[in-house]
Amino acid sequence: MKKLMKGNEAVAEAAIAAGCRCFFGYPITPQNEVPEYMSWRLKEVGGSFVQAESEVSAINMVYGAAGAGVRSMTSSSSPGISLKQEGISYIAGAQVPCVIVNMMRAGPGLGGIQPSQSDYFQATKGGGHGDYHMLVYAPSSVQEAVDLTYKAFFRADYYRTPVMILGDGMLGQMMEPAEIPEAVDLSSLEPKPWAASGNNGGTQRVINSIYMSPDALEEHNAMLTRRYEEMAKVDVMSESYRTDDAEVVLVAYGIVARICKAAVDMLRESGVKAGLFRPVTVYPFPYEEIKKLADGKARKFISVELSCGQLIEDVKLGLYDSKNRPEVGIFARVGGNVMSPEEIADYVKSGRLSKSWIK
Amino acid sequence: MDKIVFSKPALLTDTPMHYCPGCTHGIVHRLIAEALGEIGEFDNVIGIAPVGCAVFAYNYFKCDMFQAAHGRAPSVATGVKRARPDSTVFVYQGDGDLASIGMAEIVHAATRGENMTVIFINNGIYGMTGGQMAPTTLEGQKTTTSQFGRNPLEHGNPIKICEMLSTLTGPAYIARTSVHDVKNVRATRDALVRGFKMQKQKRGFSLIEILSTCPTNFHMTPIAALEYVKTTGVKAYPLGVYKDVGLNEEEAK
Repeated sequence: MKKLMKGNEAVAEAAIAAGCRCFFGYPITPQNEVPEYMSWRLKEVGGSFVQAESEVSAINMVYGAAGAGVRSMTSSSSPGISLKQEGISYIAGAQVPCVIVNMMRAGPGLGGIQPSQSDYFQATKGGGHGDYHMLVYAPSSVQEAVDLTYKAFFRADYYRTPVMILGDGMLGQMMEPAEIPEAVDLSSLEPKPWAASGNNGGTQRVINSIYMSPDALEEHNAMLTRRYEEMAKVDVMSESYRTDDAEVVLVAYGIVARICKAAVDMLRESGVKAGLFRPVTVYPFPYEEIKKLADGKARKFISVELSCGQLIEDVKLGLYDSKNRPEVGIFARVGGNVMSPEEIADYVKSGRLSKSWIK
Repeated sequence: MDKIVFSKPALLTDTPMHYCPGCTHGIVHRLIAEALGEIGEFDNVIGIAPVGCAVFAYNYFKCDMFQAAHGRAPSVATGVKRARPDSTVFVYQGDGDLASIGMAEIVHAATRGENMTVIFINNGIYGMTGGQMAPTTLEGQKTTTSQFGRNPLEHGNPIKICEMLSTLTGPAYIARTSVHDVKNVRATRDALVRGFKMQKQKRGFSLIEILSTCPTNFHMTPIAALEYVKTTGVKAYPLGVYKDVGLNEEEAK
């Protein structure tokens, strides 16, 4: 049954359904409903909630709880996610599965509290130190946030990797009807023989990311890389909307993609063959899928983003060896501003293809 | 008939330790294993190793272990304990780890009363990185980053962790001991046993600060380093029990 839910609360409830039993957070706008919800909801299901003294501490609590084999999550927003980067790097290196929610706000620095997508590079290109990636889902509706959060715990366990839900202040704050998946039976989950959960029966389990021998570390890096290559084959998700005959393709993820859909419909009504390509996973990025559009009729791609030219880099990477040499431009609003469908449609109709987001 | 009167604690592995000659980490590792053995905890123990010389502590303990980022061990232990409340969790940290970069984590784990036992090695110096000034470096002590001796006007004053943490409501047991001679080694063992008993009885947070040596970076022989702790260290960091909420003695037997 569908329930009207706020994005942040829906994400929290989806995590509970997926078997999340430990949550560690710290207050920061606009994601506060996630820890608030978890603080009472985890009690009902026999889990544990800690409001940590900082995001640095919270992510390390996740490292401990998830490393001990319990499905665990933390959430934050941009400045707080920056503080978590050290811990995320350790978690990735130590192969600990967990879910991290980032309801992005505008930056840099303290920035603002309005919606933004300015942590795209941080989320998709590593964020913390060392060679690692996370599987990154970018939901564009409350229902999709629920479904991807639920899925995230299973993919995290499968790969033993951190998975990020990359939302924004708007997604976290808006209310939509959403259906929560049926709660998993915890006893049905795959056992985690690698977890440092005590009672090891004589076989020591160690959760760590230290490899003092260059050869051993290189092998570890190779193992992680193979995992990311598998993700690129198995986990890539994208949506194409009215792209079959599209000549102009808007590329956008998350909440911006919904605004773009409205813009595409407006453009179609006025005779412009426009479409939308929406990455659902932003890491791994659907490079092959966007290239197929360029192999077809699409000759113009416009990255529509709430950042100063971040998504556009992956758009270009996807298209760089396309034989039809499509043109790529950017249309962006930043600082917490969000574009309207009319602004996007007007930009497309103007025929411009900007190299820079600055007007 | 022959009787075994002394043996290796069950929780220690046979791995040769990498510590420098005269380093007291080895003594403390053994005491932890003995103390856990004494309270009957062999199987369900989870340890957290720090960054610093004890980064490889997981090679020496047979239990499940985590290696934490610098200063974050109390937070990792919090996660572990929340996930596995029935396990016995110990945290092993040096003075740079606990009293400098990890000050927020240790204070908040203590004030939450997290039911864990922290072993805090205070030797007044950064050992692994080559002898830099620690938050606990004594006034006048020469290190590679205080080459004319620690000057409070320039470098600030040494931090006293037991004194600070014992002002909090959360901790159940806070004690400072030393391993500079046999008598104090035995007292340290007793303090560790009491700390672990506190955890077993779910009394909350326990911390045992252990004054230790680093002969390599003190530029002293092992014996001179122990003498230094005995004459100088204990004056700056008085030994004793700073907080003790009491055990259920019947249950503790």
